[in-house]
Amino acid sequence: MAAIKTTDLVKRYAEVAAVNGVSLEIPKGEVFGLLGPNGAGKTTLISMLATLVRPTSGTALVAGKNITTQSLEVRRNIGIVFQEPSVDDLLTARENLYLHSMLYGMPRREISRKIDKMLALVNLSDRADSFVKNFSGGMRRRLEIARGLIHGPGILFLDEPTLGLDPSSRQAVWAHIRELKEAHNTTIILTTHYLEEADSLADRIGIIHHGRIIELGTPEALKKKAGQDLVFLKGEIDVAGIRALPFVGNIEQESGNYKISITDPARNLQSLLNTAGRIEEVEVRRVTLDDVFLKFAGRQISEEAESRGIFERIATIKSSRK
Amino acid sequence: MRRPRKQLLTLNNPKLMNINAIYALLLREAKIYFREKERIISILVSPLLFLFVMGKGMGSGISPVRGYTYQQFIFPGILTMVILFTSITYGLYIIWDKRLDFLKEVLAAPISRTTLFIGKALGGMLGAIIETILLLIVGTFFILPLDAVKLVLCLAASFPISYMITNIGLTIGAKMRSMEGFGLVMSFLTWPLFFFSGALFDLAAAEPYIKAISLIDPVTYSVDLLRIIMLGKGVYPVWTDLGAIAVFCLATTILGVTSFGRLQQEK
Repeated sequence: MAAIKTTDLVKRYAEVAAVNGVSLEIPKGEVFGLLGPNGAGKTTLISMLATLVRPTSGTALVAGKNITTQSLEVRRNIGIVFQEPSVDDLLTARENLYLHSMLYGMPRREISRKIDKMLALVNLSDRADSFVKNFSGGMRRRLEIARGLIHGPGILFLDEPTLGLDPSSRQAVWAHIRELKEAHNTTIILTTHYLEEADSLADRIGIIHHGRIIELGTPEALKKKAGQDLVFLKGEIDVAGIRALPFVGNIEQESGNYKISITDPARNLQSLLNTAGRIEEVEVRRVTLDDVFLKFAGRQISEEAESRGIFERIATIKSSRK
Repeated sequence: MRRPRKQLLTLNNPKLMNINAIYALLLREAKIYFREKERIISILVSPLLFLFVMGKGMGSGISPVRGYTYQQFIFPGILTMVILFTSITYGLYIIWDKRLDFLKEVLAAPISRTTLFIGKALGGMLGAIIETILLLIVGTFFILPLDAVKLVLCLAASFPISYMITNIGLTIGAKMRSMEGFGLVMSFLTWPLFFFSGALFDLAAAEPYIKAISLIDPVTYSVDLLRIIMLGKGVYPVWTDLGAIAVFCLATTILGVTSFGRLQQEK
């Protein structure tokens, strides 16, 4: 039984279809990355799967339960970390986690211990009893993550989980995500625009654009489809010799440089350089998910990320209660 | 069926009503309420003004109930006013929770709409009841001495009254999108509810149109019930008041649970 199975999910708001027919199957224990620009339908799709929004048509089974008719059972089995921090300003960090634990029916004896563990994970132990209204945006997000994880759900939805976090917090969160997958076989659906996040964490990536999944595959497969890894060489290059190598594809000359497509540069670079002759300069350019996105969605995902950053900041300022 | 390598947690909860969740929701409301100490006191300012300024200013000549001063006559109504305003404001404040997305967390939790609704309704009642106790203490010393039985009865009456008013506030709040509507609701609903209830004057002697409107005003029966308890005499028989309040409680419950159900799964 798949963890999540959707059949033609559609969500229409007036004339606009935010989600326009998505059929996906996500096996248990998979980390699935949803990649797409603003407005592509990521958040709407996740909201439907988390039973927060009713689909216009189509169905989905999450943890084997129907999102429309068995929404309570679905919620028992999932955790969500929202994009905009929704932690309660007027309570302390600890109180927020306590409320959440009680709402999700965690056994009382465990709650205190789990709260301490989660706060330590996100580096908020020393602020456990401070009011959230005094927290920075990054701290709120960390608390939000702790809250989404604390009840140990079988399926976890993470909507831009490390947005706005400093590198060490981000690493801590990634490490925990990996641990969830390995030790607990948690299924994780992750939306992100951080390419390295999708690349390093996701088992499979779905590229969503205008409410449809336009490409689906492992990060490696998608990158391969989008282009080739390139090595640029300058110098007295033995072109014939290079061409003979099995892992070399196209060789082009571009303003004094040789542009060489190769597969698996991590393994093959040394052979290439040994065969190349006298090298003055070398540059390795690997296909990134940006290239993937450019190819499949017609624009770079990092462009989206920049404009998003500004809105993120405004939203954080506006959301502080007086 | 293959078990996960480490069993994480088992969640057992009755589907309809979840005591732990209700307790947690109520605890949250209580903590927030007691942290806003200035608000607790400031809510009492208008009622005290009504009682000690208008109540005294009107003189004792026009009391509709023999043996009691005008100030004493309006005391049940003013007590109801406190319950009315506290409860409705609480209900409307759910919009803040919505705007700031705190409600999202609660809406996403595995609790039924009934549980969510009860948690919120109890939260509203808590504030109203505390204010009631405070005002009763002031009242019994300075306005109208009440014996223990009457005090308990007044307190008991405040439960269903605050319940139904809170529900009205929650239902409206669940539908509203922003705090701009707050003022509208206060002007067009809350104050009329108060004035048409006969809190400040004798309903029996009022103009027909006032009497007509007061019939559909839940506050009318609330004021009357409290008046019967405190002064021994009301416009309607006590069973009418109790019956009307019961009907309003039921109706507002249905409205409230439905609204929360809609919130939980946005269409």
